[in-house]
Amino acid sequence: MLYFSKLRILFITLFSVLFILIASSNLFKFDDIFFDKKINLGLDLQGGSYLLLEIDNEPVIEQKLQNLTTTIRNYFKEKNIKINNIKIENQNIFFNVTENDKQSVLDIFKDENSDLNPYYPRFKSHQLEIEDTGLNLKVNFSRQGLIKLKTSSQDQAIEIVRRRVDEVGTNEPNILKRGNNRILVELPGLDDPMRIKSLLGKTANLTFRFVTNDENDRFGVEKLKFENGLEEATVSKRIIISGENLLDAQPKMDTQANQTIVSFTLDRVGAKRFGKATSTGIGKQLAIVLDGKIISAPVVRDTIASGSGQISGGFTFQTATDLALLLRSGALPAPLEIIEERTVGPDLGQDSINAGMIALAIGFILVIIFMFVKYKIFGLITNVTLIVNLFILLGVLTLFEATLTLPGIAGIILTVGMAVDANVLIFERIKEELKDENNNILAFDGGYTKSRTAILDANITTLLAAIILFFMGSGPVKGFAVTLGVGIFTTLFSVYFIARLFTSIYVSRNKDKEKLI
Amino acid sequence: MIAFNKYYNHFNLLSSILIVISLLLLIFKGLNFGIDFKGGTLVELRASDSKINVSSLRDRFNQMDLGDVSVKKFGNDTDFLVKFENKDNKKNIIEEIKVNLDKSFGNNYDFRRVENVGPKVSAELLKSGVIAISLSLALMLIYIWIRFEWQFSLGAILALFHDVIVTLGVFSLFSFEINLSIIAAVLTIVGYSMNDTVVIFDRVRENLRKYSDIKIFELTNISINETLSRTIITSATTLLALLAIYFFGGEILKGFSLAMILGVVFGTYSSIYIANTVLVRLRVSQKTVLREDEKK
Repeated sequence: MLYFSKLRILFITLFSVLFILIASSNLFKFDDIFFDKKINLGLDLQGGSYLLLEIDNEPVIEQKLQNLTTTIRNYFKEKNIKINNIKIENQNIFFNVTENDKQSVLDIFKDENSDLNPYYPRFKSHQLEIEDTGLNLKVNFSRQGLIKLKTSSQDQAIEIVRRRVDEVGTNEPNILKRGNNRILVELPGLDDPMRIKSLLGKTANLTFRFVTNDENDRFGVEKLKFENGLEEATVSKRIIISGENLLDAQPKMDTQANQTIVSFTLDRVGAKRFGKATSTGIGKQLAIVLDGKIISAPVVRDTIASGSGQISGGFTFQTATDLALLLRSGALPAPLEIIEERTVGPDLGQDSINAGMIALAIGFILVIIFMFVKYKIFGLITNVTLIVNLFILLGVLTLFEATLTLPGIAGIILTVGMAVDANVLIFERIKEELKDENNNILAFDGGYTKSRTAILDANITTLLAAIILFFMGSGPVKGFAVTLGVGIFTTLFSVYFIARLFTSIYVSRNKDKEKLI
Repeated sequence: MIAFNKYYNHFNLLSSILIVISLLLLIFKGLNFGIDFKGGTLVELRASDSKINVSSLRDRFNQMDLGDVSVKKFGNDTDFLVKFENKDNKKNIIEEIKVNLDKSFGNNYDFRRVENVGPKVSAELLKSGVIAISLSLALMLIYIWIRFEWQFSLGAILALFHDVIVTLGVFSLFSFEINLSIIAAVLTIVGYSMNDTVVIFDRVRENLRKYSDIKIFELTNISINETLSRTIITSATTLLALLAIYFFGGEILKGFSLAMILGVVFGTYSSIYIANTVLVRLRVSQKTVLREDEKK
């Protein structure tokens, strides 16, 4: 146990020096050429905002079912199969069939190559499920159909979220999917997430529709409130142009009226439709509706064929900027709700770093003093090992670009406290061996060998706890699991290679001394 | 040699009482869950005006109809921690609060930290916390079952339950807050307590193989004494590190380090007075170990 070949000594030295260098790279800037990895600071240390958004898919499902009723109606009409009374209730489509047609309707829905009910060849499951409830049939999305629907609205939503966050221009945002209906947004360095929160909270569904007094409008009408919440207007459900037709939107200052406006440019289709609508609708009020509320409803005075226009609505420069941003980045497929928010100000983050470092330094010094007083020369060996261990731990974290959190720092301090355990187990065992063994070398050898199972068991148990914590924990706690887990490996390395190397050198030089430890 | 075994019965009785009290506390008083597990909003605020104090803040927040509000000092005289239910899960609550506080205090305060956990998320976090702790206990059970004879597993697991339950009992008694970092602490305690027990058990088993004529009652005592200096030194260095975190690591880590300190103390105690006494009560002998050795 105490013999080290020259090659091994070289390897241990190189390895330790390498990691000490990597760890120190966090302190100096190597101009990103030599080595550009760094330990990332968690949001709790550098300050920033963590937002968990949940997509509310209900309106999407409702909308898709609405579209489906039309598809189903047309499909069976073509096939000359009569279905009546098709309607949506509690997110199910219901319709009536005649006794004669029932079986063919069921067959169409269950057919593997059905045009009406796709997915089967790909997922071995249909998009829709049909339930046989007499002559009144019930159709809704299957599990697979719902999953598809959710992931596709998640894909769209994450794209829009990314655009909106990028437009605001925070540094290195982190936007990730969570499950199939959530989006995680991490915004480092963001002190006040108010603006981003309000931007993400809006669906930004923009439509231009005529105000009408005709209750029997062919497309149906609805009563909508103005943004100020006071007035109301009846608006046709016919959409002239929507947000999808916008190419660009910018906040502008209208010098004539001395107000802030949002000017927009339409794509070709939009420009054509807008031109036609404004030519036929001169004198009518055109309502500009955003997320179910009327921003303004100007009277059409001229035909606008240029494909550009402006929205006014008592904006401040800030609200105009935000509206333009929302319109540029597009509408979300479904509303988002912020279900978890954690924001840490940058000065609290810095305070936490300072407190963590002070605690680390004090904990370290206390342990070092304790070990030196208790074991003298072997305490010194332990202490040197402990320092190298700390550097290797930081080096590994740097190499993997791990995220260091406040609990993570606690994990490092705890590692310092527990890392001596292995050395203590060995030294205590050596002491026992020395009681009935006069040969120092044999006693040390025995101490190392006999303490091995206990050390292994002890570390595996802690490692198991760390692994569970890593997989079950979230955010900062995960950082704790990482440092604790990595700490176990670096500790074992430093105890069995570095400390043992020092011990072997010392023992072989003083093998004839009595009471070596 | 210290005669630990003289007090086996006394401390078993004490531990049983502690466990019963802890369980009663957990059932009837319950735990003080933080917003991580209960949902709600937390605001840490730093004031630069002496007009801002616990009672003036409480008045302000109570006027805002936020449900249950708790205001307390956080670390020093200028920092405060405000927690409230946010029962309607209002969206722009933070902005509303800022507007409201501006009216009374002007610009003399600063939000250092804001956490808002919706009811769905808090329920999930609680669930995953419970799963994490149960899973770790189960894994430890399996590990020690593979490594040792069943009598040892039972001893270790009982010690583990004791540590977790009594630590949580203390948290219940003093209404200390349970948040995500406490779950991390409990898991670490599980690891530490196991670690401590395993080291002594390792020695007990070694001694069982070595001596055929020493009764388990004596043998556990010998083993405890042989590993005693290691037990003391390791728990001392771990406690030193934890005390450093507790006193210097800032307010946020206080609960975490306190739970760990309790866990290390209980863990060290239970390795000696619970794990070992189970071996004694189950009359473990050399035969137990040798029978297992033959099987392997």
